[in-house]
Amino acid sequence: MPKSSTNKPFTKLSAIAAPVMRGNIDTDVIIRIERLVETSIRGTLGKWAFGSLRYRPDGSENPEFILNREPYRQAEVLITGPNFGCGSSREGAVWSLQEIGIRAIIGSGFGDIFFANCFQNGILPIVVDKDIVDGLAAEVENTQGAGRIGIDLEQQTITSPSGKMHHFEIDPRRRAGLLKGLDEVALTLQRDAEIRAFQETDRNERPWIHFAGNHA
Amino acid sequence: MATQGDYALETPGRTMLAKIWDQHVIARISDDTDLLHIDRHLLHDLGGSRGLLDLKSRNLAVHNPELTFATPDHAISTARGRAGTSKTGLELLEGLRLETSATGIAMFDIDEPGQGIVHVIGPELGLSLPGCLIVCGDSHTCTHGGLGALAFGIGSSELTHVLATQALIQRRPKTMRVKFEGKMSAGVTPKDLILALIGHVGAAGGTGYAVEYAGSAIREMPVEGRFTVCNLSIELGAKMGMVAPDEKTYEYVRGRRYAPKVEMWERAVAAWRKLPSDADAVFDREVTIDVAKIIPQVTWGISPEHVIGVDGRIPDPREIADPARRSAIETAIDYMGLKPGAPIMGTPVDWVFIGSCTNSRLSDLRAAAAIARGRKVAPGVRAWVVPGSETVKREAVAEGLDKLFIDAGFEWREPGCSMCLAANGEVVAPGQRSVSTSNRNFIGRQGPRARTHLASPAMAAAAAISGAIADVRTMER
Repeated sequence: MPKSSTNKPFTKLSAIAAPVMRGNIDTDVIIRIERLVETSIRGTLGKWAFGSLRYRPDGSENPEFILNREPYRQAEVLITGPNFGCGSSREGAVWSLQEIGIRAIIGSGFGDIFFANCFQNGILPIVVDKDIVDGLAAEVENTQGAGRIGIDLEQQTITSPSGKMHHFEIDPRRRAGLLKGLDEVALTLQRDAEIRAFQETDRNERPWIHFAGNHA
Repeated sequence: MATQGDYALETPGRTMLAKIWDQHVIARISDDTDLLHIDRHLLHDLGGSRGLLDLKSRNLAVHNPELTFATPDHAISTARGRAGTSKTGLELLEGLRLETSATGIAMFDIDEPGQGIVHVIGPELGLSLPGCLIVCGDSHTCTHGGLGALAFGIGSSELTHVLATQALIQRRPKTMRVKFEGKMSAGVTPKDLILALIGHVGAAGGTGYAVEYAGSAIREMPVEGRFTVCNLSIELGAKMGMVAPDEKTYEYVRGRRYAPKVEMWERAVAAWRKLPSDADAVFDREVTIDVAKIIPQVTWGISPEHVIGVDGRIPDPREIADPARRSAIETAIDYMGLKPGAPIMGTPVDWVFIGSCTNSRLSDLRAAAAIARGRKVAPGVRAWVVPGSETVKREAVAEGLDKLFIDAGFEWREPGCSMCLAANGEVVAPGQRSVSTSNRNFIGRQGPRARTHLASPAMAAAAAISGAIADVRTMER
């Protein structure tokens, strides 16, 4: 029996949120590549999340960066500027955020690959209009971070610190995957007969795609 | 000519994306999401062994090892003899050898033809073909779209999924067509076209889209240039970019090691001729770029959208009303150590890097060599040429390009990703300024606090010779 790999289900959350509003925060900024050039990386990345923003060149914490301040150190939600997570496909960017306790990210748009990687790890990225994002960030800042953001995935709602409720859209399949913590590999393997049938037909239609066995 | 009535009941034509996508649907998952067959899965040293080990730990087998190919590029040194590869880099390399050999996956190893940057070798070996669905754990997989393939980068979880199932669940993207119309001026290259587009639509302009590049400049463009254009699709936010296959494509693919041969070749080409978007295909977004207006481009900031013509000036934040944009530009100028409003030309440089999956093919090296020939790298500048693959290296050496570069004061390296992403100990020192033919000028991309200006190979060579950002048009002969 293959071992499964499931994520912690995501249903509801009421949490401290940290606005990180600069646009185009890329995955190199979220996690530098050399932190990923290690034989074993899971569990080591939280310390390096947002490294170039979180630390000064001498390695000390930069007190200006929001995640170095209370209560934002406890944040489980990020409120982000446009195009957060653009750049590389490195899933280490998501892992590093996961390791500092982030469970949801709210923004007006995300890098496509980063967005997909979030769902693979049980993190909910939420796309809403920029004015909603800006409004949430302003409310959080007005309460010095004390005001919590509520997220209900079943109802597809975000509740601002003052109680304003916003609906968000999400792909139903991805929503179900998060709610149940599904293992996508196991689900697809249940369709293995269909995969093999496709390949059988395709071997006749596009024989140049299908090599006969290992030809190393 | 058909009258309007003849077509009145017909559905609009199909895009190339729709045609290729539909050929790969194993099962419909929901209205807009499909389980797709993966024709080619490319592995590299940074994620390859990790993915194979992940599979093993879950007691799963590689579904189709014969459709999976591996090569080391990211974490290896590009010094002679690969000297200086880190302990971890060597472990990742050894892991890739062990795990591919245990699972029957072909690997193109160091010093063998076939080794190189994964997005250079795929097309070079004829593994990447028109109509192919190609994935790799690297965002610049969009490069292969230059052949009319559907190619995109995936994360580690999706990589494991593909190893285990040879399939992937994907939501259908929106479609965008970018027409580059007109003739390229002297000194202007495919890199300049795509940088100018990113400047025009922004680094998120293509998010959620698959981009098809079309127009007269693309039709005239050699296939290697189309790889450069498609390579930067992800820098405008699009994880897929593609160019319709044509005679240039077939000429490029014909005879390559893994390309179909003889009767199979004829059958394949007949199928590929049906791939281009129909004349009446409708795209969700259309952009047209007047190529004649484009001059050599160079980035000044920390996002590829921070790009200007070489005759341009650094933006002045005081002239920008929107506070978010002003603050973003201030951050970028501060990081880059530039003066608001100053001309970009004449900015002194410390490093020049010619290489990466964007610009390390033979045509790129020739373009840089045409500027470097008979000249010398300016004192105080270190300039590297890193060929994209073992084959590119050998072809360049056969033409004497290595000697030409070395005579001009450049360092000639072994193939790999090198200084594009600084995962291999090859970095620009903190605070130093680099002109690079790579794809990302992100904060710290070429090393902590390194400052990167993206440009074409010819522009990079011009900067190396001048010791400063220079207009290549004044140096062409």
